[in-house]
Amino acid sequence: MHLAWLIPILPLAAFLVIIFFGQNLKERSPYVGIAAIAGSFLVSCYAAVTWLAGHGKTGDFICNWAPYGSDMIRVGFSVDALTIMMLFVVTVVSMMVQIFSVGYMHGDKRFPRFFAYLSLFTCAMLSLVIANTLLLMYVSWELVGLTSYLLIGFWFEKPEAMRAAKKAFLVTRVGDVGFFLGLLLLYANVGSLELSKIFEHHTLIAMAAKEVSIPAIGAIAAIILGIFSYGFAAAALKGAKRLPIAIIAGVAVFAIVFALMHSLSVSLSIAAIAALLLFWGAMGKSAQFPLHVWLPDAMEGPTPVSALIHAATMVAAGVYLVARMYPVFHIDQRALMVVAAIGAFTALFAATMGLVMNDIKKVLAYSTISQLGYMMMALGVGGYTAGMFHLMTHAYFKANLFLGSGSVIHGTGTQDMRQMGGLRKKMPWTFLTFAIGTLALAGFPGFAGFFSKDEILLTAYHWEYGKIIFYAGLAGAFMTAFYMTRLVAMTFLGKPRDPSIHAHESWKVMLIPLFILAFLSIAAGYIGIPGHSIFGHYINPEVIGIEGMVEHHFSLVVMLLGTLAGIVGIGIASLIWIWPVLKFDWLKPSFGWVQTIVENKYYMDEINDIVVIKPLMFVNNAMYAFDRWVIDYAIVNGVGWFTLILSRFWSVFDKYVVDGLVNLVAETSKIGGRVLKFTQTGIVQQYAAITVICVILLSWYFLILR
Amino acid sequence: MVPLSWYITVSAALFSLGLFGMMTRRNAIALLMSIELMLNAANINLVAFSSYLRGPALTGQIFALFVITLAAAEAAVGIAIVINVYRAVRHINADDVNLMKW
Repeated sequence: MHLAWLIPILPLAAFLVIIFFGQNLKERSPYVGIAAIAGSFLVSCYAAVTWLAGHGKTGDFICNWAPYGSDMIRVGFSVDALTIMMLFVVTVVSMMVQIFSVGYMHGDKRFPRFFAYLSLFTCAMLSLVIANTLLLMYVSWELVGLTSYLLIGFWFEKPEAMRAAKKAFLVTRVGDVGFFLGLLLLYANVGSLELSKIFEHHTLIAMAAKEVSIPAIGAIAAIILGIFSYGFAAAALKGAKRLPIAIIAGVAVFAIVFALMHSLSVSLSIAAIAALLLFWGAMGKSAQFPLHVWLPDAMEGPTPVSALIHAATMVAAGVYLVARMYPVFHIDQRALMVVAAIGAFTALFAATMGLVMNDIKKVLAYSTISQLGYMMMALGVGGYTAGMFHLMTHAYFKANLFLGSGSVIHGTGTQDMRQMGGLRKKMPWTFLTFAIGTLALAGFPGFAGFFSKDEILLTAYHWEYGKIIFYAGLAGAFMTAFYMTRLVAMTFLGKPRDPSIHAHESWKVMLIPLFILAFLSIAAGYIGIPGHSIFGHYINPEVIGIEGMVEHHFSLVVMLLGTLAGIVGIGIASLIWIWPVLKFDWLKPSFGWVQTIVENKYYMDEINDIVVIKPLMFVNNAMYAFDRWVIDYAIVNGVGWFTLILSRFWSVFDKYVVDGLVNLVAETSKIGGRVLKFTQTGIVQQYAAITVICVILLSWYFLILR
Repeated sequence: MVPLSWYITVSAALFSLGLFGMMTRRNAIALLMSIELMLNAANINLVAFSSYLRGPALTGQIFALFVITLAAAEAAVGIAIVINVYRAVRHINADDVNLMKW
């Protein structure tokens, strides 16, 4: 499919057109962006059709980019089932978001630029998806990070937005370091960054066979945990005595962990290390614990951005990376176990925070983190198909939810759910689509999320290392249903709480994307019906060359448990917020502190502040002082002073000795000229006489004396 | 064949005439004519020696032709200067044309 390169190029062209001619295009700039993305969508359709007609990998386009040494850096595109799925997700969501933004961003003073950034982001994301070398993936990866930064900080007049953009950029950068290290490790071992080369069977086997032992990992873990416990205690105890207690807590945890595992050293294969490094990158981009802190803050950006970048596509890039590199992960199961553990933990951890947030976008942000954890968990337990399926359905219904929340924010002018309520009557269409998205996310039977979540739970249930992930998944499903019901109840149901807010339904241009995405939030599930899964037919481990993974058959127990978790979650939440039957006030006195901790996001930001940022700032300040006093003052200024004194001396030398010589020559010539000018009498005969006399003298000298 | 010494004698006489004219006359035209005499004395010398040495090369003769050419050019420039001097000061007395010295 040699047309595949058009897919990312079209939005890039749109970006260039809008960024350069935005001032002239003004209100018309969205048309350029939407036309480009529609073009990409059509080319993607064409790619899908040719791919289907070719029954497998039809396109592998690769070209030399730059030579270095005797090697050649090669970049290229390829189209396979996973790519096509991602292409549809990205193009469809991007198109919907751009259409929605026409209404949402109307009247913004940087209106054209917004669409330019969206187009650039889409370009980066599409090239990330169709890249078939890790290098191009990395380049696109950084580019989506950049556009994410630009779009979070789109309203950079707001200090929070500016800070959030910076935070997102820096935290994801921490992850990018891991990606880059993984890339280097793979290059060192494979000698190429082309995916097809990396996935060659013997290469993978060789990498899996090479074991490297990492010493003292237990001691390192003890130190890290001790430091973080100190940070947690210091952040949680806001009292006068917090420092000693915090230090005691940190030392205690360090001592316990050290006693338990100080002799632990882990031996890992190269494949597992590479996979974990790549996963480290994926953790940054996909906001997995502990690098999730940037995503909730990223909600400072315009809501369509949250829908496109921070819900549907960019944050899914991490999951996509793990899926794309799945053979490397799969060859050493230990890497997958880490993925599963971190995914499951993130899914639960973020869901608990989603329970207590009052900002509509923050709830969705934590939900996104939780769902991304879900996908990672699915990949970790071997559910390649399930994870990807959930990625797709989640992209549609989360984009739907975010755009719906955008519509609500547009209609009410606030993001605080405590000020909303009763919007069902005023914004019926938004409510309808939002409800569909909610049911899809909660895994209500018949909606898209139901099928994908069920498949994840099924794989988790059959995981060979235990059932714990399965229970975590159930708990996650329960909490998801719970907080989404709470969200809907607080926003749309009941009575308006704030009389000063006059909500109104949004424009058609904003509602149409909502309808399309709501439709997809239902329909997308039906390509993955258990037993007859079209999705699973094209995207499964065997397609990417992994043999021997059991396909789990549909299990009614799992489906019932999963559905039950969702419905119970919806039910309990309804009983609390819709029909206030259940009261949990009696829990407050004894468990209020839990709520405090969760509402403070487990003090993650404060811990980072205490453990990472403050020491870093201290080191920075020390470096600065060193720079200022030693380098600048002592060395640079010292050299300056020395040079100055030296130059004073040389200037005296110059003035009197060198110039003196020059002047001497001039003076001599001057005096000579003054004397000799008297020989020029103006009498021609005299000259002739002198000539004749000189000739006679010379002749006398040459002819007679010699 | 006329001996070489005769030629040299004629040449020396001619040169002395030119030098004498050069030293004694004040008229610029006369000075130019004296220079012509001296140049031609040199020419006689050149041709005589060339003929006397009987070499295959006609260096002396050719050189004499060059000198004639040069003399013509010199006379042309000289006369031009003299005419301009005459226009400026209405005489061509070489001794009195000393405005341009220091």
